[in-house]
Amino acid sequence: MADAAIDTLKETTAVDNQARVPTVVADDVHIIYKVHGAGAGKGSATSALSRMITRKKSPAIREVHAVRGISFTAYKGEAVGLIGSNGSGKSTMLAAIAGLLPTARGAIYTNGQPSLLGVNAALMNDLTGERNVVLGCLAMGMSPAQVRERYQSIVDFSGINEKGDFISLPMRTYSSGMGARLRFSIAAAKTHDVLLIDEALATGDQGFQQRSKARINELRKEAGTVFLVSHDNNAIRETCERTIWIEHGELIMDGHTDEVVRRYEKGERP
Amino acid sequence: MSTLSDPVNLSAPRGADAGLTPKQLADKYGLSVSGKRPSLPKYIRQLWARRAFISSFATARLVAQYTTAKLGQLWQVLTPLLNCAVFYLVFGVIMKSRDGVPVYIAWLCVGVFVFQFSQSAIQAGTRSISDNLGLIRALHFPRAALPIAFTVIQLQQLLISMVVLVAIVLANDIKPAMTWLLIVPALVLQSLFNTGLAMVMARVGAKTSDISQLMPFLLRTWMYVSGVMYSVSGYIKSWPTIWQTVYSWNPATVYMDLMRYAFMPDSFDKAKYPGGYDAAGHQLPTALNLPHHIWIMAGTWAIVAFVIGFVFFWKSEEEYGRG
Repeated sequence: MADAAIDTLKETTAVDNQARVPTVVADDVHIIYKVHGAGAGKGSATSALSRMITRKKSPAIREVHAVRGISFTAYKGEAVGLIGSNGSGKSTMLAAIAGLLPTARGAIYTNGQPSLLGVNAALMNDLTGERNVVLGCLAMGMSPAQVRERYQSIVDFSGINEKGDFISLPMRTYSSGMGARLRFSIAAAKTHDVLLIDEALATGDQGFQQRSKARINELRKEAGTVFLVSHDNNAIRETCERTIWIEHGELIMDGHTDEVVRRYEKGERP
Repeated sequence: MSTLSDPVNLSAPRGADAGLTPKQLADKYGLSVSGKRPSLPKYIRQLWARRAFISSFATARLVAQYTTAKLGQLWQVLTPLLNCAVFYLVFGVIMKSRDGVPVYIAWLCVGVFVFQFSQSAIQAGTRSISDNLGLIRALHFPRAALPIAFTVIQLQQLLISMVVLVAIVLANDIKPAMTWLLIVPALVLQSLFNTGLAMVMARVGAKTSDISQLMPFLLRTWMYVSGVMYSVSGYIKSWPTIWQTVYSWNPATVYMDLMRYAFMPDSFDKAKYPGGYDAAGHQLPTALNLPHHIWIMAGTWAIVAFVIGFVFFWKSEEEYGRG
């Protein structure tokens, strides 16, 4: 059985043994960030003052070496899963690909502007869902005419209005799942060269998960590359054919999803 | 079985590209460094393409401000009206400034609204990046859109206050004059100046959040120094000329005087208002001198602040998502 699987693998590799178009190239990436208020030492005003006078570095600032030398190349039409335990550097890596975190060493080259889609970052909570859809689309660079044209399909896709007229309520009244659905719908309305998804599929109900999977497949067909960070191994298995396993900011394994996820679940490092 | 422990390298370029280093591969396909700051002309083009975003962001924010209040949008007019009422009570009734100056209350309100425009634009600019990290981390757009949008919000608020102001001015028997047309260029110049300062403060505030604690004190000092509620010209008469000149360049005074002149050109007429003293012996804000080169001063401040602010903000564009 196993040998047969390897044979098909070898075959597919042989079949597309031609130049592919790279979309994301990570070249020995190191990311270090400073954390303010790390909480070491006494937090009193007098100690802060004496530190300033003695010009000592504040112990409340600590450096975290979150990503240590990761290299990989992703190609057009690929869906790449990123797995690893909490705090392994997956989300940091994603933010760096999006260009939000500068690299300390090495470089990340991308085709166009990658878009990060995470459930943690909220849009404007005081505004209605309606306004958020319009603002989100305008911020992504759509023209007002394009926004009018796509508005209804975004709202329909998010399914926010399935249980009444929620789209005209401020976003702060939404449940976390509803907010995440709307955010995904806004970002997925535009074709991105590179779409980065941070746990977005884990939220939302069964029906929405199905729809978003279908949409991700569409986005892939439209010649983009998708990165997916998730702790849901089944979601990774269903959406990605390639998976990168990161631990302690280092790349442990990069290969076909079935193989990498199987090893990851067993805790078997190569 | 040895092939299994030796997984297929999916990263390696194939075919014609085999053997290229990551850097060479990136160069060959024209990939650019992620999150790299665009050149200044490109940045301006990107920003211009987002003008619809800036204006709808500003409008949405202005509307959202009062969504939790029962009276809702009525507060946009009530707030400036109440402001004027407080100043009228304190400076007009209690300190009796009104006895000598028929236009005092209008003079005061113009000053307060114009200064508040700068003050709140700077304050909102300081927090524009740090308060909107969620948006910055979620979507890609030129970050300068934020401080600019926050200045536009303050401008919209000022325009609403202006309606109240016109009512006050008319109620004080001041007739509309041709000088009212000067309100438009004066506002344009002040808006440019404010946008520049908002962008400078946005970058400073994004890096050092301590600054937002300090800003109210700096701005209050600026307000008292600029003579928003009283005329400072009486106090600085004894100063050396050089310091008087430096003082006359205070942008807040420049923009306030322009607007006061536009609304009430008569109040700068020495023949009509020879000046006087209130009950406490302070010189009253009448018969002010408008420097001849005041438009040059206003224009210089506007252009210098805007250009410096824009370039200063752009220099740090790639780092705002960091928080």
